[in-house]
Amino acid sequence: MGNIKLREVSKSFGSTKVIPSIDLDIEDGEFVVFVGPSGCGKSTLLRLIAGLEDVTGGQILIDGKDATGLAPAKRGLSMVFQSYALYPHMSVRGNIAFPLKMAGEDKATIDRKVGEAARVLNLTDYLDRKPRQLSGGQRQRVAIGRAIVREPEAFLFDEPLSNLDAALRVNMRLEISELHQQLKTTMIYVTHDQVEAMTMADKIVVLQAGNIEQVGSPLELYKAPRNRFVAGFIGSPKMNFVEGAEAQKHGAQTIGIRPEHIAISKGEGTWQGTVGVSEHLGSDTFLHVNVDGLGTITARADGEMDVRHGDRVSLTPDSSKIHKFDQNGLAIR
Amino acid sequence: MARAISTRRKLTFTAIGWAVGLLIFFPVLWTILTSFKTELDAISIPPKFLFFDWTLENYVTVQERSNYFRFMMNSIYLSLGSTFVGLLFAIPAAWAMAFSPTPRTKDVLLWMLSTKMLPAVGVLIPIYLVFRDFGLLDSRVGLIGVLFLINLPIMVWMLYTYFKEIPGEILEAARMDGASLSKEITHVLAPMSVPGIASTVLLSVILAWNEAFWTLNLTTSDAAPLTTFIASYSSPQGNFYAKLSAASTLAIAPILILGWFSQKQLVRGLTFGAVK
Repeated sequence: MGNIKLREVSKSFGSTKVIPSIDLDIEDGEFVVFVGPSGCGKSTLLRLIAGLEDVTGGQILIDGKDATGLAPAKRGLSMVFQSYALYPHMSVRGNIAFPLKMAGEDKATIDRKVGEAARVLNLTDYLDRKPRQLSGGQRQRVAIGRAIVREPEAFLFDEPLSNLDAALRVNMRLEISELHQQLKTTMIYVTHDQVEAMTMADKIVVLQAGNIEQVGSPLELYKAPRNRFVAGFIGSPKMNFVEGAEAQKHGAQTIGIRPEHIAISKGEGTWQGTVGVSEHLGSDTFLHVNVDGLGTITARADGEMDVRHGDRVSLTPDSSKIHKFDQNGLAIR
Repeated sequence: MARAISTRRKLTFTAIGWAVGLLIFFPVLWTILTSFKTELDAISIPPKFLFFDWTLENYVTVQERSNYFRFMMNSIYLSLGSTFVGLLFAIPAAWAMAFSPTPRTKDVLLWMLSTKMLPAVGVLIPIYLVFRDFGLLDSRVGLIGVLFLINLPIMVWMLYTYFKEIPGEILEAARMDGASLSKEITHVLAPMSVPGIASTVLLSVILAWNEAFWTLNLTTSDAAPLTTFIASYSSPQGNFYAKLSAASTLAIAPILILGWFSQKQLVRGLTFGAVK
């Protein structure tokens, strides 16, 4: 069992309130992603759950038991750090075995568990190497190996992929998702990359300035963002926001429309504009169009679409996909 | 594009490198050569470089006149003793400053370094009087105290920069992995700081070994180390260059050999943190 409940958890550093008050339920076996811009308190929240920082107020319940005052090791959680935090003087075997050794397991059990973890993570051939002799991806796997041998209640990942190059990041993302399906253990994953959040999470927690903006499945957040911040944060490229007269037509302060919900044509359309930059990705083309009277609107076109800088195009937003926000930035449903 | 370095440039730089190296080493080399000359050859003009009658008589005389080994043992006691006591203070101090810094940590470090900016002679009289009143003159214990105190700021600084380089996340990982504070220190921190402690020890030993101001002023015979031994040959009664050189060679030999074998550690210790 690995359910984690936060009750009015708050954290201040000196007079700075980093997290005002957070309530959150994480169910057993869930893959939860904390996402938000840098400085939003997501890493701090993870460190509070881990026990590496003390809460200023509130309660943390792990498996229904109050863990607020427990030492990190007593919480039954393992953590994978951004820098991997491997012990440089120990071999891969030594690193993975370390938590078992600390728990006082006998040698046979340690050997068996380390062997098992190494097999799952494809590290069997590297067990006798030192961390410095490994590539970034292998180091990350060692860090994960060290986390899984303890068979924790939950795994905590603190931006584990941000030190890897783009291609490796996509691979490791898949590996971590597969690992979650194999182990079915609760995972809490912190990232600033909304693509990671969308692709991996069962449940996304969007944070800003220490507050939870919205909690939901990736598609819930995508389809029904609760406010302008979430709408702008989830989805790539970002949602377009339009204010003024055009928004008032829809009875809102601001309207939002995603690039993929705008039809582009060379004939008639709702908005007319001139193509600025066009980004050809092969599968898609993203056009940044200077729409007359509205400013720059990003729209997604077919990868084959042949448009150039300076071409005149018309854009037609799908009216059923328009998001409306009031003057406080909250969604109007 | 990498800049191609021509052979000529390389040769020029190599020559300059050797010239600078020889210039620095020359006084030591000259001392060693002179120690094998007769007193007459030692002062001959023009100076004789390699072609003279090589002799060991200076070494024999030096050993007869004064007991080299007694001085050397004192040097060993003083340098190792002051280093050991220094570590007892420097490790916890550097540890605290690196791992739980306060807003004042930088100031404390600077303040400690500032004590090195005062000329030693400025405190000679107070310290001499303290030594006299406590009966510490010409005692090893007293000298160890002074030597450890003058090297302490440097030891703390060096260890601090080393400890600073140990990422906090590794210690947190150990904590997550269930290590208690004592196991965190013995299994993770200590093994990771061995190189740093080793080069700090080396530097401290060398500095204490070569320290001449306090050792000369606070000792006469019982606690006198090799620095006093050398000084005793620069007597006003005549120029005994060859014997002085022999004494100097004997005095610097142990530390020169130690330095030669540990140069890699030393360079790393002195430049640590300068480049990532």
